[in-house]
Amino acid sequence: MTREDIILAVKDIINTIAPDEDTSSLNEDERLRDQIELDSMDFLDIVMELRKRYGVQVPEEEYGELASLSSCAAYLAPKMQDKELKVGS
Amino acid sequence: MSHYDTILIGAGMSGLAAGIRLAQFDQRVVVLERHYLWGGLNSFYKRGGRRFDVGLHALTNYASKGERGLPLTRMLRQLRIRHEELHLGKQRFSEIAFPDVRLRFTNEFELFESEVARAFPSQMDGFARLVRDVRDADAFTPDDTSLGARAVLATYFDEPLLIEALMLPMCYYGSARVDDIDWYQFVILFRSFFFEGFSRPAGGIQPMLELLRKRYLELGGELRLRCGVQAILSANGKVSGVRLDDGTELTADRVLSSAGYVETMRLAGREHEVRDAERGDISFTETIFVMDTEPGAHDHGAAVIFFNDAPDFRYRVPTGLIDTRSGVICSPNNYASEAPLPEGILRYTNLANFERWNALEGDAYEAAKREQTAAALAIATRYGMDPRPHEVFRDSFTPTTVRRFTGHDKGAVYGSPTKRLDGATTIEGLHLMGTDQGMLGVVGAILSGISMANRHALVTR
Repeated sequence: MTREDIILAVKDIINTIAPDEDTSSLNEDERLRDQIELDSMDFLDIVMELRKRYGVQVPEEEYGELASLSSCAAYLAPKMQDKELKVGS
Repeated sequence: MSHYDTILIGAGMSGLAAGIRLAQFDQRVVVLERHYLWGGLNSFYKRGGRRFDVGLHALTNYASKGERGLPLTRMLRQLRIRHEELHLGKQRFSEIAFPDVRLRFTNEFELFESEVARAFPSQMDGFARLVRDVRDADAFTPDDTSLGARAVLATYFDEPLLIEALMLPMCYYGSARVDDIDWYQFVILFRSFFFEGFSRPAGGIQPMLELLRKRYLELGGELRLRCGVQAILSANGKVSGVRLDDGTELTADRVLSSAGYVETMRLAGREHEVRDAERGDISFTETIFVMDTEPGAHDHGAAVIFFNDAPDFRYRVPTGLIDTRSGVICSPNNYASEAPLPEGILRYTNLANFERWNALEGDAYEAAKREQTAAALAIATRYGMDPRPHEVFRDSFTPTTVRRFTGHDKGAVYGSPTKRLDGATTIEGLHLMGTDQGMLGVVGAILSGISMANRHALVTR
């Protein structure tokens, strides 16, 4: 998966767990929680969906790595480079 | 032998919600329920060709669709249920009623504020401080869970009647403590009543439960009804599974129990760890009247009336069968609704004594239900309409009914006076959810199941 694919994958997960939020105009470098309504329960869901869709494990102490789309891409790149993008599930 | 990732005890709101969360993320999960119906303390039953709700007086925590940061919105998002699926109808209004003062409230906080200002003009500085502090408090991670609301309210008000008027609905809605309610619970309830408000799902509790049950089953969760747990099994201080009433053993990595703290410890063979002060005994009687008229046609437009027929409010197990001095009157007719209810319904709730009811049998028990309903109505009709001239059907339940169908000792609706917010027990892998984890009401119970499932069964450390 490319960097762009990873960002698409994360946005698609956010669309699933928070269907009322608009992810189309998210700034990649700004914290997600400052742009849309996401609480700690929602971040758990992002982690759980990453595991469910891509088999990626994110331990609780590393949830902070998912703060922005850029940090997601950097953190997830080594874990997701061999995975296929799945969207719309 | 079947092995589960997680076994959930009790198909109430918390068990079903926890089940949805876990099944959502592909856990092998089973909900075990001794009763033949699901719902627990918020269930329903059929009698005389009609379906009646138990537990649901009003759904607190009203939020409109997409309204941010509120418990209802968070609950819907976690369960992936759309707001529209609940078909919520807002209350007309509700009331707190004492002999010399009535305070009306709706889902618009300004009305309640103006009512308090009208009745207690000298207390408004304190009220403004209270409102600000309730808004800002971190109620979900309190420093001191034993702090009582009565003492805290005395730091805001010097008018005892206002303190009593605020204690009345909060205690009735969820306190397991004598004459008091935990301060952090008061904060949560105050917000859920006065900032957020009351609504009713169309059709009552049953369609809402059906939504949860269906979602859980669609996600691959297993629900076993008439399937009681006889014992929670553990080895070397770690939970290993459960033994069912029929002797079958199921193994699991972890068990989440909504049976109540004392009841769960008993199932786990650890009742000796329970202190007497941790045993709850607050219970209620309820009588439901079906009428050939709408309450609204008789100047009874309130969704809920919390009344207390004295200047001071006592919240404790009465010495007699029931305490007629205070109570709650509810009507599902008094909510906005796409289709009006076919009949008028009024429901009367009073504090009750489990031991006294439990000592009665057969005809004596039935006679007591009739006598106590008459005694309750003698007071309650000072605050709401008299349903008897319009009665087409009635049904009563008592603390013994609550115990029979929910398995809670003494029919203690609000469980143990000591809550365990982290859900912890002394057995590794055995956690509490529901009433004794300390979240109140239907939305609270669902959030309890969600948060305990998240914390103890989903987060990997």
